[in-house]
Amino acid sequence: MSEWTKHDLLDLQDVSRDEIELILQTAKSFKEVSARDVKKVPALRGKTVVMLFFENSTRTRSSFELAAKRLSADTINIAAGSSSVSKGESVLDTARNIEAMNVDAIIVRHSAGGVPQMLSRHLKASIINAGDGCRSHPTQALLDMFTIKEKLGRIEGLKVAIVGDIRHSRVARSNIKGLTTMGAEVTVCGPATLVPREVVSLGAKINYDIYDVIKKSDVIMPLRIQMERQEQKFLPSLREYAIRFGIDKTKLKEAKKNVIIMHPGPTNRGLELSAEVADGEYSVILDQVTNGVAVRMAILYLLLGTKEKPTEDG
Amino acid sequence: MSLLIKNAIIVNADRMAKQPQDILIEKGVIAKIAPSIKADKAKVIDAKDKLVLPGLIDIHVHFREPGQEHKETIETGMAAAAKGGFTTVMCMPNTNPVIDNRSIAELVVNEAKRIGTINVFPIGAITEGLKSEELTDMFELKDAGCAALSDDGRCVSNSHIMRLAMEYAKMVGILLIQHCEDHDLTVGSVMNEGITSALLGFKGHPGPAESIIVARDIELAHYLDARMHFAHMSLKRSIELIRAAKAKGIKITAEATPHHFTLTEEALKSFDTNAKVNPPLRTEEDVAAVKEALNDGTIDCIVTDHAPHAREDKEHDLDHAPCGITGLETSVGLAVTELVDTKVLSWPQLAEKMASAPARIMGLTKKGALAEDYDGDVTIIDPKAEWVVREEDFVSKSVNSPFVGRKLKGRVEATICAGKVVFSR
Repeated sequence: MSEWTKHDLLDLQDVSRDEIELILQTAKSFKEVSARDVKKVPALRGKTVVMLFFENSTRTRSSFELAAKRLSADTINIAAGSSSVSKGESVLDTARNIEAMNVDAIIVRHSAGGVPQMLSRHLKASIINAGDGCRSHPTQALLDMFTIKEKLGRIEGLKVAIVGDIRHSRVARSNIKGLTTMGAEVTVCGPATLVPREVVSLGAKINYDIYDVIKKSDVIMPLRIQMERQEQKFLPSLREYAIRFGIDKTKLKEAKKNVIIMHPGPTNRGLELSAEVADGEYSVILDQVTNGVAVRMAILYLLLGTKEKPTEDG
Repeated sequence: MSLLIKNAIIVNADRMAKQPQDILIEKGVIAKIAPSIKADKAKVIDAKDKLVLPGLIDIHVHFREPGQEHKETIETGMAAAAKGGFTTVMCMPNTNPVIDNRSIAELVVNEAKRIGTINVFPIGAITEGLKSEELTDMFELKDAGCAALSDDGRCVSNSHIMRLAMEYAKMVGILLIQHCEDHDLTVGSVMNEGITSALLGFKGHPGPAESIIVARDIELAHYLDARMHFAHMSLKRSIELIRAAKAKGIKITAEATPHHFTLTEEALKSFDTNAKVNPPLRTEEDVAAVKEALNDGTIDCIVTDHAPHAREDKEHDLDHAPCGITGLETSVGLAVTELVDTKVLSWPQLAEKMASAPARIMGLTKKGALAEDYDGDVTIIDPKAEWVVREEDFVSKSVNSPFVGRKLKGRVEATICAGKVVFSR
């Protein structure tokens, strides 16, 4: 097992297989903490963690906040969309002001790809990417990998299908990277208008035949159809999407016996995923959420335990 | 019921037979082709001195139903097609309502099935209501029986929507057909923009309105590695673009109409509204380019763009009359007269342009050739018969033809679809 040396978690591009193993291993030991009656350990006592969210989030933000609190860190939440940004302050200025209050980690989500990288270049605090643009969402991919390993015992050699709006999905990009790093075979499936041909260069295969994809997969991960993107008319209709690509009981008839169904949330029930499948025997959607806290505890623990980095400013 | 065609000089796209043969059709399929076939119970047609071609296929017609049944119905359209030698036609979706959903597609399929003479496939719309705004449910249209998709009559003008359409259609596995017209350039136009429009003072439809869209869609097809078919090519410049794109291996195909290889803008000098058509009749140079493109394969097939309009619709001034020519019943005569007799095309090339190529473009694997195991669709043509186009002879509901009074050579003698005689003289 390698040692953790990184100061930030910006994406999974340069995270090695050993490092992913280390995060998953560490998360396993933290999962037990959340099951206790007193859900708290003193690992990060005295550390300050800021959640700087320029985009709405329910799941990811509360997951990070609970993770930090269960490690005894102090936390604050900034819904930046409604504060200084609306007064014309730049992202970097906002972040610098927050850092000036001596914080140890900034967890950032932004609608523009690359914001975590930019902050990392200029700030001393550890930067954790909680989702940037359509680019990357590394903690989601890590909690997905944790859940797959927990449920199926391994990641290597598994066939994982990611279904739906690949074009606009940071979850898809991070999962393709993470899962292929871990030796899984990733296939993406969805309407051609939402599956850029170039994902092949990321290491994923493309297969538009949902029935064939379902038959071959160990893991099926439908993604949320982002209604707000429909303004650009990528889909003929939500109806045709649900009929052709929605994961429902009928389509799953041909699935492997021990298939698992994952979803990063929030789900549009009846669109990309039927209610009976979301709540059914194959679904591990709520396990993903539970595991999210453990994985984020592991990441905070590993990052805030490493030494300071040099910055361009410093 | 079997059908035996005796003494047939068979014309396929690859060759024209030297000796007459017999063709036996059983259960709708060509069972046997041989020098002399005996079939006691079969109905016999003698094709002595006639040419026998694979059933002709027209992938571009307007049957007006539902919505404008006073111009044509599926039933009268099918009768006109059978008389014109066609055993398979594809109906454009600019009906009212538009064929942009399953129920209208099924209406066309079911009505054609009820009439039961020739094969009719609907072409579904690319965008809802032909508005270039939202893609149609293409999977569903294909399942409902649509052979291809097109917004014909309108161009998919929004380039982003066109790009999405090509990506989506490629996944669905259905052909897109573009009506190439930059509508911003053609508002209020009556005829080709050129010498004649200048002379007569009419608002012109400039050539680039067509070639701009041809160029755009070639670029998109190239970028997306997608297929694309161009409807009714009328312009030399469009043809040059297509020729260059094909040489580069871009997956495009194209069609031309008899009126675009026969007439020029001069036909409008008499203010004949029956010569008002979209795309407009162009110049001598363009007609020559269309013929050359038919000969060298740049244009893959001949279609009629059969566009019937009732007398009361065409009896207007040129500004207000609708565009369109009824074409199914004059197509063979014009093709023989203007192309075969003038050595632009050989007979096998004509079989290619009017049967084999359209079958190939549309993926109809059992049509487009006279060979054993192919569908029993046959068109018998008298290559020497001369006839005059007369209004009273049309079986289409409409007679809006600029060819009335014209003498033509080459006449359809009989049309056989799935072994059933659907027209005979």
